[in-house]
Amino acid sequence: MARILPLLAKVVAVLAVYLVVQAMIMTGVVDDYILITMVTICVNIILAVSLNLITGFTGQFSLGHAGFMSIGAYTTGLLTMHYPTWWAFLLGLLAGGAIAAIIGFLVGLPTLRLRGDYLAIATLGMAEIIRVLFLNFPFTNGAAGLSGMPRFVNWTWLYVFTAGTVILISNFLRSMPGRNLIAVREDEIAASSIGVNAVRAKTLAFVVGAFFGGLAGGLYSSYFYFIKPDLFGFQKSIDILIIVVLGGLGSLTGSVIAAILLAVISSLLQPFPELRMVIYGLILVVVMVFRPQGLMGDRELTFSAMRRLLPHRWREARP
Amino acid sequence: MTEILTMSQVSLNFGGLTAVSSVDLSLSEGELVGLIGPNGAGKTSIFNLLTGVYAPSAGAIHFHREGSTLNLGGKKPHAICHAGIGRTFQNIRLFRNLTVLDNVVIAAAQNQPYGLVASFLHTPKQHRCERETRERAMELLRIMDLADKADELAQNMSYGEQRRLEIARAMATQPVLLLLDEPAAGMNPAETASLTELIAWLRETFKLTILLIEHDMSLVMNICERLYVLDHGVLIASGTPAEIQHDPAVITAYLGEEVADA
Repeated sequence: MARILPLLAKVVAVLAVYLVVQAMIMTGVVDDYILITMVTICVNIILAVSLNLITGFTGQFSLGHAGFMSIGAYTTGLLTMHYPTWWAFLLGLLAGGAIAAIIGFLVGLPTLRLRGDYLAIATLGMAEIIRVLFLNFPFTNGAAGLSGMPRFVNWTWLYVFTAGTVILISNFLRSMPGRNLIAVREDEIAASSIGVNAVRAKTLAFVVGAFFGGLAGGLYSSYFYFIKPDLFGFQKSIDILIIVVLGGLGSLTGSVIAAILLAVISSLLQPFPELRMVIYGLILVVVMVFRPQGLMGDRELTFSAMRRLLPHRWREARP
Repeated sequence: MTEILTMSQVSLNFGGLTAVSSVDLSLSEGELVGLIGPNGAGKTSIFNLLTGVYAPSAGAIHFHREGSTLNLGGKKPHAICHAGIGRTFQNIRLFRNLTVLDNVVIAAAQNQPYGLVASFLHTPKQHRCERETRERAMELLRIMDLADKADELAQNMSYGEQRRLEIARAMATQPVLLLLDEPAAGMNPAETASLTELIAWLRETFKLTILLIEHDMSLVMNICERLYVLDHGVLIASGTPAEIQHDPAVITAYLGEEVADA
């Protein structure tokens, strides 16, 4: 019973968010413009949460996440262009994630002996290689990119994959292989001394992070009809890293909150194009000065934490 | 008594510097042996050789367990831990930003039999393993008198508590041989005395073999059955504490040569 209740509360909360938004879309409260922002938010949540696994929880500084994203985007894009069916779309998402994971593994093995800024440069190089490959492959249409893919992504798919990613990665981090990543971040030598295979842990972080990065890319390409290599450059990797750092390295809920916050700020500033990036930048500077550990630090916003915020009388009444 | 660990003619060189030179050392099952020597003698280097942090430049290290012999030279630290050797560190290496309980849980969870898929899906089997691991970790915290601090961050603990937590974490991997690197460093005499009792109790209860490095002679002389003395990377003496106390080579190493005529 003690375990069923919180689980039930989580399921209800996850379903409620979905149904409320779905109702708002059906009644027209959420129009197409707002929906675009929501798609951006969801894709960014998946990207940020998966990068957080690599950089925040495992402590591996990566500047190449857009590279993994582009692999998923092109895989799903190409598959659905040639086979515009639902199963091709789903297969594209999974295949995109899987190919990104394989690349993550191949890149991870030789580069994971590097640390900190050296690893960052190596992953940056990897993402650039991937970008240049997509520029030059005969089937990716060069700099002009792919356009006209059928749109399969709707709110339901988006929500399933976003919530699914957050839940799966959160589960992973609360189990033995996931906690091993955190141990490696905290102290690699100590982690080895208690039986953690540090090389395996770091590679696993890259593989899992890359998989979900690829998945996000697939969702992106299926919603926005159009992808080109330049969308997945250095700038995109930095954008994802900003979300992770702003939300807090080592906090999944921090990444979710930051992804929502930045997208909302960005779209609120849409009417002021000349000031937009200035204000956006200013917000980042202010947060980093006053909360260098990010909005959430390495804490999570959990149900039990929220209950502690309730007044005492309510808390006592709860089981 | 059967031997559990043998080092034969083990050397460790860093470029031109010899940190450990042709060391022969052996431990029998259930023994409590001390490794002492002046600062920089190479004691921690020997621990690092035994746990795979360094590979020996020459010589062989053999670990005997349940009738089989394992060559530890060149093995990775995590593999040596799985073979049954646990250790603590001279400069405490805890997972500082994690709770006391999580520090032990991570170590206790290493042998859990569930796979990657179960860890993403949190299957019933994973839940069961997780609960067992937590209970085992709490039990160790109770033994080390840390149970009431389970939810505190490791970095907020006192120095003595951090040392005990490190032992708890090493014990969670269920070692048969435990290497303790200056377990009493930074403790006051009362804490050292209770640590001495605790080490003796752990060894008795868990049928451990223990090798410890220590500068605190009250601890060393109290519980060690045998001592090895290291100076400049060379073993200069070995024997019972009483023998070591009167060994001229040891006195020279610690206090310097006696000058015949001033």
